[in-house]
Amino acid sequence: MSRKKLSRREFVAATALSSAALITAPYVRGAYAAGKLSMGFWDHWVPGANSASTELVNEWAAKEKVEVQIDYITSQGNKNIVTIAAEAQAKSGHDIFQMPTWWPQANAELLEPVNDIMDPLIKLNGEVNGTVKYLGQADGKWLGVPASVGSQIKGPCSRIDLMKKHAGIDVQEMYPAGSPPKADNWTLDTFLKAAEACHKAGFPFGIGLGETSDSVDTAGAIFQSFGAQLVDAKGDLTVKTDAVRQSLEFYKKLLAFLPPDVAAWDDASNNKWLVAGKGAMIMNPPSAWAVAKRDAPQIAEQCWTHGFPAGPKGRFAPYLPFFWSIWSFSKNKEAAKSLLSFLSQPASIEKMVVASGGYDLPAYEKLTTLKVWEEQGPPKGTLYHYPNPYKHQTLSIAASPAPPKVAQQIYFQATLTKMCLRYYQGESMEKTLAWAEGECEGFMRS
Amino acid sequence: MVDVAFQSNRTAAAQAGRRRVGLRNALRRKSMSAFLMTLPLILLIAVLVIYPALYSVHLATLNKAMTKFVGFGNFEFLFKRDTFWLVVKQSCIFAISAVIFKALIGFIVAHFVHNVPANKQRKWRGMLLVPWVIPPAMSTLAWLWLFDPSYSAFNYTLSFFGIGPIPWTGDAMWARFSVILVNVWYGAPFFMIMYLAALKSVPEQLYEAAAIDGANWWQRIWYVTLPMMRNIIAITTLFSLIVTFANFDIVRILTAGGPLDHTHIFATWAFRVGIEGSDIPLGASVSLFMVPILAVAAIFILRDITKRGNES
Repeated sequence: MSRKKLSRREFVAATALSSAALITAPYVRGAYAAGKLSMGFWDHWVPGANSASTELVNEWAAKEKVEVQIDYITSQGNKNIVTIAAEAQAKSGHDIFQMPTWWPQANAELLEPVNDIMDPLIKLNGEVNGTVKYLGQADGKWLGVPASVGSQIKGPCSRIDLMKKHAGIDVQEMYPAGSPPKADNWTLDTFLKAAEACHKAGFPFGIGLGETSDSVDTAGAIFQSFGAQLVDAKGDLTVKTDAVRQSLEFYKKLLAFLPPDVAAWDDASNNKWLVAGKGAMIMNPPSAWAVAKRDAPQIAEQCWTHGFPAGPKGRFAPYLPFFWSIWSFSKNKEAAKSLLSFLSQPASIEKMVVASGGYDLPAYEKLTTLKVWEEQGPPKGTLYHYPNPYKHQTLSIAASPAPPKVAQQIYFQATLTKMCLRYYQGESMEKTLAWAEGECEGFMRS
Repeated sequence: MVDVAFQSNRTAAAQAGRRRVGLRNALRRKSMSAFLMTLPLILLIAVLVIYPALYSVHLATLNKAMTKFVGFGNFEFLFKRDTFWLVVKQSCIFAISAVIFKALIGFIVAHFVHNVPANKQRKWRGMLLVPWVIPPAMSTLAWLWLFDPSYSAFNYTLSFFGIGPIPWTGDAMWARFSVILVNVWYGAPFFMIMYLAALKSVPEQLYEAAAIDGANWWQRIWYVTLPMMRNIIAITTLFSLIVTFANFDIVRILTAGGPLDHTHIFATWAFRVGIEGSDIPLGASVSLFMVPILAVAAIFILRDITKRGNES
């Protein structure tokens, strides 16, 4: 077998040619020169809202020459969180995943830090609220970019007519469209009196006490209004405190004025309660109002979304953000970061919020006064105060400020609503507290 | 040396010939062809059942962060939790009572259908199998609307008789009753069809002989029907017990484990802990807890069946 010897001259020439080809290659761009990117986005409730995300992604992909694939994954039946668990186990799947509330923290070790894009985005769009930081940061590392899509505040949605007639409260006057709230008197005491009056009139508030998110979120905000925490930020048990006792006493009084079956309510029950015209208030994002607009317009015309009542320790409202996170096993992290940066530009965010009819909430403080919330109706201005434009309430999540991995257990085991129900059903205060303390001890396992 | 080498070659050739004949014979054997034909299914089961089962055992031995081997640490932790023992109790109540009622209703209905004239039986069989052939997630949604806390169709109907409203899913006892009822509704047709097949295989002469001996209907059932159906009853009960213990969809859709965890069973609590609570090792441990107990039950029941088979 003969072998041709490579001369020094030939070697130098070949090396020079290869180097030139390598250097010029990026300038010869094919249709998908910058590779592929796949993303698992949350499948929006609002019809047509996904198309805004699709258009934005395609616009970016065309510009950056990236081949994209979007899968819209529903949260019905928890399909999104099952997919997250599967991808985390397999260490394979989408490049970007839109994760709800607790999941960036639960998968912190498997996510690519995005500080390099978050810092410029905060400079551009304004500061993010404390709950976004609590859920999206671990040891100074951003685990994802807050997604406006799907992020929501679960504040009160009241019936204007019923609240005025039976509780003597004009919610439009208290939260006027286009101007700051005049809600100094909107406290938990006023709320309780209104609940009693509406209950007597046959239109009880529709607040669940089940084990699903809506019930837990309301309980979380009320507990925080009393300053009650089951586990503090350091991870110490703080169940047996006066603040927790006060919260339970408050719930005991409130439960007497709620529908008798609230222990069995799920996240659809309060929506049905409002749309069926059975109650004067629910705690929900504007999806219930949007359904009423379609199915019961006469009820939608009387709905007004506004702030939470204030407790002794402040005014808290449940806020549930989504995050766009990049898996550490993604093969195209730079492209993923470029896309997330593009999706977080003010124009992109506005496009997505408009497509959702104002349901989605940007996390950034400069983006809480978009036109869409002023214009939504009927009645016009019904969503004006939904994004908390005057920051008159603290956006929070139930079980915070406990360390997120402990708080997630408290949240999904519905420890708060179970405590309220146990105490309401006749269990002694100390027994209820001891039970909750035992549960929280279990949640702290590592 | 030459002789040895020659002999060894001859032996090798003879061995190769024998191997060829042996392979041909093996391929001719019915059991071998059966094995080869089922091989794709065996591989499929290995990939989709055995691998996940072993993987879940592996997961159950890890700590919450899945970074450290903890052996039986997760089980030790579970044994100290009150909620876990509540789930064990409820799973037993759910599975045992549902299987008893499914078997009882299946047995009674199978007798009714058996006594229907042959030309009308197909229609009845078809109708009675409907609950079993509808995907349970779908039929349970319909039940959810019937039991809905605020708009229950049952409560609406009962209100005409001055009864209710009953908190079908809001009260611990009623919620347990509701999930068991739906499971019985869904699973009884399986028992019915199995028992019907068993009834058809009981020789008519045995009943005639029993009638001649003056046996009443109860004695005919006790001394003829039940002994002849024993194996089928044992197998269906075992199968149903395993499936009912592993049930997920009915409880998840109807009550999601509430109120106050009083309807959680192993699968729903494992999902709550493992997937919703992001503690996958603990969730795997919850779902694996019943495996040894059910395996022992299966060994005893199947051994009994084999013994009876050998006796007959």
